[in-house]
Amino acid sequence: MIVWTAIALVVMLGIAWAFRFAGQAVTGNAPKFRDMPFGVAYGYVLGVFVLIWLVWAYLQGRSSDPAVANKFFFLRIAIEGLIIFSIAAWIFRLFGRSVGTAWSRKMFRSMPLTASFGILTIIIYAIFAIFAGVIAPYGQEQIIPGVAANIIPGGDPAMGGNPEFPLGTDQIGRDILSRLIYGAQNTVGIAFATTCLAFLLGGSLGFLAATLGGWLDQILSRAVDVLMAIPSLIFALLLMTIASVWAPELGIPLTVFMVIIIAVIDSTRVFRLARAVGQNIVVMDYIEAAKLRGEGLGYLVFKEILPNATAPLLAEFGLRFCFVFLTIAALSFLGVGIQPPLADWGTMVRDLGGFVNFAAFAPLAATAPLLAAGAIALLTVAVNFVVDWMLHKSSGLKE
Amino acid sequence: MTDETSDILVKMRGVKMEGRSDETWSPIINGVDLTLKRGEVLGLIGESGAGKSTLGLAAMGYTRDGVRISEGTVEFDGIDLLKASAATKRDLLGKRIAYVAQSAAASFNPAHKLLDQHVEGPVQHGVMGRNESAQDGIELYEKLRLPNPDQIGFRYPHQVSGGQLQRCMTAMAMSCRPDLIIFDEPTTALDVTTQIEVLAAIRDIVDQFNTAAIYITHDLAVVAQMADQIKVLLKGDEVETADTRTMLAAPTQEYTKSLWAVRSFERPTKPVVQSDAVPVIRVENVDAAYGTVPVLHDVSFDLHQGRTVAVVGESGSGKSTTARCITGLLPPKSGQIMLDGQTLPADYKKRTKDQLRQVQMIYQMADTALNPRMSIGQIIARPVEFYLGLKGKEKRRRVDALLEQIELEPTQYYHRLPSELSGGQKQRIGIARALAAEPKFIICDEVTSALDQLVAEGILRLLARLQDELQLTYMFITHDLATVRAIADEVVVMKDGRVVEQGPKKEMFKPPHHPYTDLLLSSVPEMDPDWLTNLLNERGVDNIGDAAVDKM
Amino acid sequence: MGSVLRIILQRLALGLLTLLIVSIVIFVAVNLLPGDFAESILGQGATPEAVASIRRDLGLDQPLITRYFDWLGGVLQGDLGTSFAQANFATFTGTDSGATTVAAQIAPRFANTMFLAMVTAAIAVPFSIILGVLAALYRNTVFDRATNIFTLSSISSPEFFLAYILILFLAVLNPIFPSLSNIFEGMSFGERLEKSMLPALTLTLVVTAHMMRMTRAAIINLLASPYIEMARLKGLSPMRVIVKHALPNALAPIINVIALNLAYLITGVVVVEVVFVYPGIGQLFVDSVKIRDIPVVQACCLIFATAFILLNLTADIMSILSNPRLRHPK
Repeated sequence: MIVWTAIALVVMLGIAWAFRFAGQAVTGNAPKFRDMPFGVAYGYVLGVFVLIWLVWAYLQGRSSDPAVANKFFFLRIAIEGLIIFSIAAWIFRLFGRSVGTAWSRKMFRSMPLTASFGILTIIIYAIFAIFAGVIAPYGQEQIIPGVAANIIPGGDPAMGGNPEFPLGTDQIGRDILSRLIYGAQNTVGIAFATTCLAFLLGGSLGFLAATLGGWLDQILSRAVDVLMAIPSLIFALLLMTIASVWAPELGIPLTVFMVIIIAVIDSTRVFRLARAVGQNIVVMDYIEAAKLRGEGLGYLVFKEILPNATAPLLAEFGLRFCFVFLTIAALSFLGVGIQPPLADWGTMVRDLGGFVNFAAFAPLAATAPLLAAGAIALLTVAVNFVVDWMLHKSSGLKE
Repeated sequence: MTDETSDILVKMRGVKMEGRSDETWSPIINGVDLTLKRGEVLGLIGESGAGKSTLGLAAMGYTRDGVRISEGTVEFDGIDLLKASAATKRDLLGKRIAYVAQSAAASFNPAHKLLDQHVEGPVQHGVMGRNESAQDGIELYEKLRLPNPDQIGFRYPHQVSGGQLQRCMTAMAMSCRPDLIIFDEPTTALDVTTQIEVLAAIRDIVDQFNTAAIYITHDLAVVAQMADQIKVLLKGDEVETADTRTMLAAPTQEYTKSLWAVRSFERPTKPVVQSDAVPVIRVENVDAAYGTVPVLHDVSFDLHQGRTVAVVGESGSGKSTTARCITGLLPPKSGQIMLDGQTLPADYKKRTKDQLRQVQMIYQMADTALNPRMSIGQIIARPVEFYLGLKGKEKRRRVDALLEQIELEPTQYYHRLPSELSGGQKQRIGIARALAAEPKFIICDEVTSALDQLVAEGILRLLARLQDELQLTYMFITHDLATVRAIADEVVVMKDGRVVEQGPKKEMFKPPHHPYTDLLLSSVPEMDPDWLTNLLNERGVDNIGDAAVDKM
Repeated sequence: MGSVLRIILQRLALGLLTLLIVSIVIFVAVNLLPGDFAESILGQGATPEAVASIRRDLGLDQPLITRYFDWLGGVLQGDLGTSFAQANFATFTGTDSGATTVAAQIAPRFANTMFLAMVTAAIAVPFSIILGVLAALYRNTVFDRATNIFTLSSISSPEFFLAYILILFLAVLNPIFPSLSNIFEGMSFGERLEKSMLPALTLTLVVTAHMMRMTRAAIINLLASPYIEMARLKGLSPMRVIVKHALPNALAPIINVIALNLAYLITGVVVVEVVFVYPGIGQLFVDSVKIRDIPVVQACCLIFATAFILLNLTADIMSILSNPRLRHPK
């Protein structure tokens, strides 16, 4: 295997040289080929080979031999998914360009496909989260009477599945599909609330520190330095251990503790950014002019500083949301996050993870845990794509 | 006559260039011709955004990222630079065509010693060996009158001052004895006294080696000293080209004439101040420090009603710090600021609303002085409402009146954002905001230095008119003596946090004066092409620039 | 050189101080536990002797400050306390082996985790730096955009998603590596490497994405600087521009990127070890959190925080050392 790969790479060296030489000969030494470094030519050849392999693998996935098809099933799904998503994003962007206000149409015109994919995905998640109760066939805690527990996903009766429950049921007989849909509400909702809390806390303290400066700034900044010196997931786990002892004693659900703990830990990062952004604005001459006019703190913060900080803060909100979302998912996956009976993606991955091992003979059986994990990944990827575009846009405007 | 073609070094024909913004290409240069003979110096002048640097780089066959040459030809000594291979071009660059950048501090690699960077070109191009080139470098340093020529090459860029670095870069450009050097605003970032030294050095060395050069600058007086020919650019178009003396004496185009005329603006002299008059602002024995670093020493001067006091000095002389003391942003260590004979509290936070209202400020960078998220109307209306308590229609009427005062049409500009305005218009909004407080005294901190000459002149005329109408008092902070000549009534010269000399403008521009004032005044380039030559003859090379300052 | 030394000593002192304060934070946090914790952890059926022994271990009858300094003193001598779970087990069975101390429990697992981190670093560092430099050199090309999408997706995915994807493709569909990392003492290096390959690859995916993006940003920033343009205008070959002019200045940001990402590994290691049942310190930490084995949680927390602080400190000091302005003062 390794030997064959090595041989292929060496053969490609020759092809790359031939490619460049042919390019030079055919185009009559056009600058593009004449000044092309060998590495670039090699890169083109490598890229073409990867494309050819992908097409081959895709065709294998559609093979009539189930053993071969099973093996390439996931690759096939990934490629099909990528194409479907790209087309959907493209149509969505086309739609955005022709509908809406002049402002939104202008936004869509300059938007890369990744960002329109991100926005589309976020909208779909929002719909699922808000209308989970309507969309899901069963309740999230509902143990369906007369239905066996542990129905295999895939809905293939021969394997022990049931077409009525395409993703099967869990160990106590709840519909996994419904729990997956409710997960959007719980996981995303809790992460969103946590991020808002973190922003309220970190943002207001950060701006206060930037505007007032002096000892308040010093104390807050040093405190944040210390809190940031402990890796956030580790710190969260430590505090969750303590909270798990307190929670039953105080009669407050552990999930509330988790929201507060993660919000506090994350607010340190928000504080840093808000303070930095605030300080950049505070040194501006228009702030000096307002100070010299005799304006109060309230006017300075709300009329002069905040309106100029919205763009970086919005981008940061996206990034922080991803981070919080992933932290909560990780905690849940480790078993100390969102507590049952609430349906949650992280917990579902942990509970259903074993199904992955069935993938070799029943690919559909492995989809349940992958869907839960993929649901987390897809949302964070979408948010990151949008944030990336926003950051690119704002940095581009500066130049 | 048969040899005429080989005499031409650079030949650019119909060059059009485009720059990319937001995925579309927009024109920067719209078809310019340029011809440069061997050993000739061409001055390329124009306002910011005229495309002079872009054109200068195109003469080397080089474009920056996001810029392309869309049409035309560039030939260097018969070689078509646009069709030449990357290897051919690399062979020319550094060896036969060299470049001197605006910011020497940023253009030297911070990780290597100066001499190592100097010898890199000759060694890589195979012109000289390392030792030979190093020896040559030291000779060049000596020719450029750098202090300690034997040792300066062994320093790192951050250990050498800006004026010296700029000369090191000129030496580096000379290292392969190129046929052509592109100077891209080499003295713009320097103080006047340092600038003159660098100018003299550059002119001398270009002369000695008979190198052709393209000298890019926005400063007419500088280009008059350096160039044999001048080409004027305006927004990517050529306005006119002529040899320097003809151009200065008889410009043919309207635009060129107006550029020349800027320097002629001068206000009539005002009568001498009554000795018993109470000054609007009195700065009395002010000492100030940033933390423990002292920056002002015993600074005192008066500002009288309806008059302009120009505070002059180089960067770091304490001009802006004095302004911060007056506004109360930096409470002085000792001494006091008086408004109409009454002592102002040192800290602005302790001043009354009325005291704050009387002292207003206009900033150098209009971009950072206006809140980008507020409309013009909101920006001007805020002080109107804050100080005068006007609301609704009354407020709007007042704002409209202010906009008219600064010569901007109210209905057109009221709802615009600062980003939709040009630099000069933004500066006018800054003036309107200061006027809205109906103050007695306005501090103008380098208000014209970020603007092009024509626009700057408009601002100066506006300020002069407003002063006559409203009996305003200005403190005019500037390093540009042409501005001082245009608008000041009195002048205060500062150096190293001290007032070196002060008095009415007429006296200041007439000898005898303090040696520093003398140096400062004599270092300001004039529009006379013989000015630098005469000055060097008069003062001698050792009595200009940093060398002269060190002697004081 | 004197001023650099002073700055570095300052940073070291600051790092030490941070470590001290962090240890206080961890200690105080643990002491926020409600009342008689010893009893609750041992359950109703605990013998009074066991409760008393744990109380004595925790020194619950003494004031907080005394307890902190006792604990800190112990930590400095390598004594991290006694594990509740192990103590309980020992009391229950009546044996008293040396393995009841936290230190004895952590030591082998710490070594395993270090092994995993080093394998990851060995793969990820060269790979990501080469990719980052390539993406910066050929920015805005298809290659750059593809790597951008790929790394962004990889950063956005939770570690366990990447882990399951790798298990799916490299263990289940194509049985190349084992999906469980049952590592034990006395294993040969090759075997150990094979068993840790999947967790290492998962961590590599996460870390590479971060490292590559940061390297790319640093190099692009560098290539935009005027002295690189100057080097090009001197007619130097592209190779020489990179090696002689860009690289010496890129070293500081790249070292910074590496150190920061190794610090990031610390968080990633916890989840990944759980997925692959890798017997490292991360898994021990999570297990102890679940059974509320406080001394172990405390000790693991301290170890993670120390590693994190030390790596950040290294990044800091390296970037000071490679700054010519500081190395050659005026």
